[in-house]
Amino acid sequence: MARIRLFVPLIIFLVLAALLYLGLGRDPRELPSALVDRPVPVFALPALGDDRPLDQTLFRGSPRLLNVWATWCGACRDEHPFLVELARAGVPIVGLDYKDDPAAARRWLADMGNPYQEVIVDREGRLGLDLGVYGAPETYVIDAAGVIRYRHVGVLNAQVWRERIEPVYRQWQTP
Amino acid sequence: MKRPRLVLAAALSALLSWWSPGAAAVEIHDFASAAEQERYRVLIEELRCPQCQNQNLAASDAPIAVDLRTEVLRLLREGKSDTEIIDFLVGRYGDFVLYRPRWQPATYLLWLGPGALLIAAGLTVVLVVRRQRRAPPKAVLDGAARATLTRLLDENDDNSAGDRR
Repeated sequence: MARIRLFVPLIIFLVLAALLYLGLGRDPRELPSALVDRPVPVFALPALGDDRPLDQTLFRGSPRLLNVWATWCGACRDEHPFLVELARAGVPIVGLDYKDDPAAARRWLADMGNPYQEVIVDREGRLGLDLGVYGAPETYVIDAAGVIRYRHVGVLNAQVWRERIEPVYRQWQTP
Repeated sequence: MKRPRLVLAAALSALLSWWSPGAAAVEIHDFASAAEQERYRVLIEELRCPQCQNQNLAASDAPIAVDLRTEVLRLLREGKSDTEIIDFLVGRYGDFVLYRPRWQPATYLLWLGPGALLIAAGLTVVLVVRRQRRAPPKAVLDGAARATLTRLLDENDDNSAGDRR
């Protein structure tokens, strides 16, 4: 018994060290999303191009990605080619043009290709605020019932897609 | 309980605003009343900017902080209570936006941990001290051994005294 007690400080140290080590590996910029497992917020915003009214029923029927982007966002330029590639591979993506100039957004899509089925124009950033967007780009996986299942903050590239987003997307594709 | 905490928060935020160069870059708003202005000030100081990690809404220049300040003011003007405003932001940005964590199962350890640690440490000290006081002397010298020891010690004293001279 006395022998075991000798090791108590060492054990406490090892547990603490392990916890702190795990903490080091976590990205403090990654916020747990408050909206995961909640439906897409209610919205009524125009579509880019023809101003058709869009609302949350857009996300019904089949799972898709929601990509938050803007022309003022440098990282969005980096991820755009991969989005085009994904769209070509048949992944449905809806764009949210966040606090942006629609004319500039149209030019951007004309120049670099349009990976989006629809682009929601959110000039004021109201839907962005309801989604808890704090920086573009962000990408959400939304299931066939319009419920948010995953959120990725930052550039979507092949690695992020393969390791984090695709598994969730596939999971919700076959209910 | 409430007052010292407020004083502390005020002192901290005063320190922070003196510190951070971004503190001056806040929009100009017209407030309906001094009370409204005060509530706004307290709220944006207690809410954390989601983008910039270690700044509150009041101190941050990030676009999202500007948006959220505007949002807080909009909700204030709609007559929402402080709790409703905080719930609104937590519902969108999560518990992360709170600089003062809520009292909920996930934060029990956070709130109680330091106190529990302090109590545990205090108890340990008390126990150790008591045990040492109560413990019998490790070895008891009999009369002869004690006499020898005293003699040796005295000799040693004499020697060292002699050395010094």
